[in-house]
Amino acid sequence: MAERMQFEYNVDGGNFTRAGFASSEIKKILKKLNVDIGIVKRTVVATYEGEVNIVAHAYSGTIYVDIDTERIRINLKDEGPGIPDIDQAMEEGYSTASSQVREMGFGAGMGLPNMKKNADEMHITSEVDKGTEVEIVMFLNNKE
Amino acid sequence: MKVKEIARLLDARIVCGQERADYSIDVAFASDLMSDVLTLKNDNVLLITGLANMQTIRTAEMSDIQCVVFARNKRVTPEMIDLAEDNDLVVLECRYSVFKTCGLLYEAGVEPIF
Repeated sequence: MAERMQFEYNVDGGNFTRAGFASSEIKKILKKLNVDIGIVKRTVVATYEGEVNIVAHAYSGTIYVDIDTERIRINLKDEGPGIPDIDQAMEEGYSTASSQVREMGFGAGMGLPNMKKNADEMHITSEVDKGTEVEIVMFLNNKE
Repeated sequence: MKVKEIARLLDARIVCGQERADYSIDVAFASDLMSDVLTLKNDNVLLITGLANMQTIRTAEMSDIQCVVFARNKRVTPEMIDLAEDNDLVVLECRYSVFKTCGLLYEAGVEPIF
């Protein structure tokens, strides 16, 4: 494969029908690159949780994918209300999701913690009334 | 247990993936909360749910789940079938409750995850 590949996908806030489209495209790319299936699953589950978070909470967002021979780096950046207390948002069960989000089968306060469990590294920064940026890194060469 | 045997046992209708009804399932998980489904690490899981929307199919796709049973007589939309078809899923519609569906499968030897 090429030394480095980069892709980006736009995500619309509130568009539940399309939620998961970007993660699905990323899954196809990773499978085509013959990435280990366990790593593919952890990557797409974490990305999908992040994509659903953008749809559920933000106005719009972009998912940046950067793959090289060592690692997969996925950056989910949104314009939205931001997270006032990241430690609280990382607690399992804490959620500010709307009833619409819950009707879709999410909003139980498990998204960010599950992203962290699946990712090798996760970094989260947020500014209230501006937006949130979550970066996940998956290492390709030291399988767990 | 093969999906076609599951369909027979549950008197369920295969609405997508008839040609893949030879898939074999070892374990099953029942949930309407997709966040819980996304925490599973197992492969070849059968998902039993009463939540019928696009995100149910997306969740199955991301979790490498190959077969979904929609219980409580929930109907699958053409859009969901298209997405399921793209991902080689088998989708069943069943009129039984989640409880009865799980009971019949458990009795027939399908294992729980936890």
